[in-house]
Amino acid sequence: MSLRNFDAGKGLERLVLMERIRAFEEAARHAAVEEELVLGAIHLSIGQEAVAVGLLESLAREDYITSTHRGHGHTLVKGADPAAMMKELLGREGGCCGGKGGSMHIADFGVGMLGANGVVAANITIAAGAAHGVKLLGGDQVVVCIFGDGAANRGPFLEGINWAGVFDLPILFVCEDNRYSATTRTADMTSGDVGARAGALGLNVTRVDGNDVEEMAAASGEIIARIRAGGKPEFMHARTYRLDGHTYFDPATYRPEGEAERMRAETCPIARQRDLLGAAGIAAERMDAIARAARDEMFAALEAAKAAPWPADDTVFEDVQDVGSPALEAF
Amino acid sequence: MAVMSYGEAAKLAIAEAMRDDQRVWCVGEDLGRGGVFKQYAGLREEFGPDRISDAPISEAAIMGAAFGAAMVGTRPIVEMRFADFALCATDELINQIAKARFMFGGQSRAPMVIRKPMGMWRSSAAQHSQSLEAWYAHIPGLVVVCPSTPQDNYAMMKAAIACDDPVVYLEHKNIWALEGEVDTAAPGEFGKARLRRQGADVTIVSWSDCANLAESTGATLAERGINAEVIDLVSLWPWDKRAVIESVKKTGRLIVAHESVAVGGFGAEVVASVAQEVAMRVPPRRLGAPRSLVAYAPNLEDQLRVTEEMIARAAQEMMEAEAA
Ligand SMILES: Cc1ncc(C[n+]2csc(CCOP(=O)(O)OP(=O)(O)O)c2C)c(N)n1
Ligand SMILES: [Mg+2]
Repeated sequence: MSLRNFDAGKGLERLVLMERIRAFEEAARHAAVEEELVLGAIHLSIGQEAVAVGLLESLAREDYITSTHRGHGHTLVKGADPAAMMKELLGREGGCCGGKGGSMHIADFGVGMLGANGVVAANITIAAGAAHGVKLLGGDQVVVCIFGDGAANRGPFLEGINWAGVFDLPILFVCEDNRYSATTRTADMTSGDVGARAGALGLNVTRVDGNDVEEMAAASGEIIARIRAGGKPEFMHARTYRLDGHTYFDPATYRPEGEAERMRAETCPIARQRDLLGAAGIAAERMDAIARAARDEMFAALEAAKAAPWPADDTVFEDVQDVGSPALEAF
Repeated sequence: MAVMSYGEAAKLAIAEAMRDDQRVWCVGEDLGRGGVFKQYAGLREEFGPDRISDAPISEAAIMGAAFGAAMVGTRPIVEMRFADFALCATDELINQIAKARFMFGGQSRAPMVIRKPMGMWRSSAAQHSQSLEAWYAHIPGLVVVCPSTPQDNYAMMKAAIACDDPVVYLEHKNIWALEGEVDTAAPGEFGKARLRRQGADVTIVSWSDCANLAESTGATLAERGINAEVIDLVSLWPWDKRAVIESVKKTGRLIVAHESVAVGGFGAEVVASVAQEVAMRVPPRRLGAPRSLVAYAPNLEDQLRVTEEMIARAAQEMMEAEAA
């Protein structure tokens, strides 16, 4: 990113959002590791914040997204309340899903976040369908479907993208390529190029540096505007890097020695944005204050979550189904 | 009342629902030409290609995309062509559709009808003949329907389309042409069994096409002096446990008969549920397919069938066991 055309005001807003994601996840990790309050697996997107922020800023609240097991950042940027998210991670009453879903099923339909998913690639056909529904209902929403590099090796990648192409649906597929699928280097298990696959299915493909929030935002803004105007699906391959382990308890020792340290030093999207803003004359103290405010906000969300009670036992029988519901019938 | 076939009855229900509610649409392979069993014949002419939608041969995407479209406010009817092919969309149905409302804390609904034509039909062999209703009854979140008559295929289809839960709708392929009277004013009700024959000697419980067999067995048994009460469950989840229990309290004898494999079948659920509440006069009987595979050759195919004679013999043995 060069300083020409750089809008420092916008750049600061992006920094704020990235710091909020980072702080949310650090608070979540603290809750998991130091306080043992997060019971299930959580997958952190530390190092990948620029993808969520740059990608989603040009969406309206009414637009839809679907996400993955690594979806805290996407959910937060789409507008979910961090305290409700944190309560969900802790399995508490008042969590976005009432404590029934946890991190891997985080969702906030009120802001168009149609769900993270515990099944890799499953969100791809669902997102295509959301766009199909929008088209059938004559709506003007755009759908953004985010999945990992590993997901490109499952069948729904082909079926969902083909579907969107066949029906000309208003959807942007985004491969958030952090180079790893759990403990496996994705390139070792992938034949050919992921973007080329989408290209072969007839979609326009854009390749972006997913750790450059300015480039992410510019590219996403253009693509989403095109989709909104013309309704044709597109594909984005955003290259990023997962700075931490697959889950918070994964030490990620399978990575080549020094790789994570080097990437942290060279490509951390927050550090890069701070450098850019610094070069544009923004004082470091101001940026430090942004980071502190984000931390305060997210640790306050954690405190609120800790203070929340467990969900009432009988909610486990609610929202299964209306007909033949275990809440209504003594089966 | 009009006489129509099992297939036409469901089509009429769909057409009426689509006229009433613009959000209802159908999607599946070959629907534009009426569907493989002509269950949609003529609907495209009335409703157009967006609402009677063709689909690529992508079962996972048909199921998953219909679900996504349901989440944003449409009411899809999903055609799986053969129940067997729906297995290609198992994750979408079991892990996504059945669970989303619960996992998301009630934020979403999946008002979908998932049509899966099932059962043995004309030497179709092992991948085009299965009856897997017990699998779906096992999954919390799903409603499971197995209609056996034109009346129920009309009324239950109407109810399924109106339902806000995902309904696995299993029609039997062997009876598309079965004709019967349809009263379009009689509403279908989930969990309400249909009494196909009244009797005081033995209760025969069944569903899907096997319920038709059970009814004709009832007539045969009557000639032999045995009065069977024949209950067609119509829906397996929820199922009319009360009706079955009340009947067995009266008869003291229970036979459950189904086309699907007996082991782990829904018949076991019925027998166990009744056994927990009713002391029966003789041990209950469960008739289903042996745990083998549906074959192509007609004689081999027949080896797996529950027949009228098998049901009748079971009833007679139960009557004699007690007399002895
Ligand atoms: C269908 C399926 N297979 C395997 C898993 C286990 N699993 C969870 S995350 C993951 C790696 C996914 O890699 P990628 O798509 O690149 O996403 P990332 O974790 O890197 O964000 C795997 C294998 C799963 N959840 N779903
Ligand atoms: Mg990955």
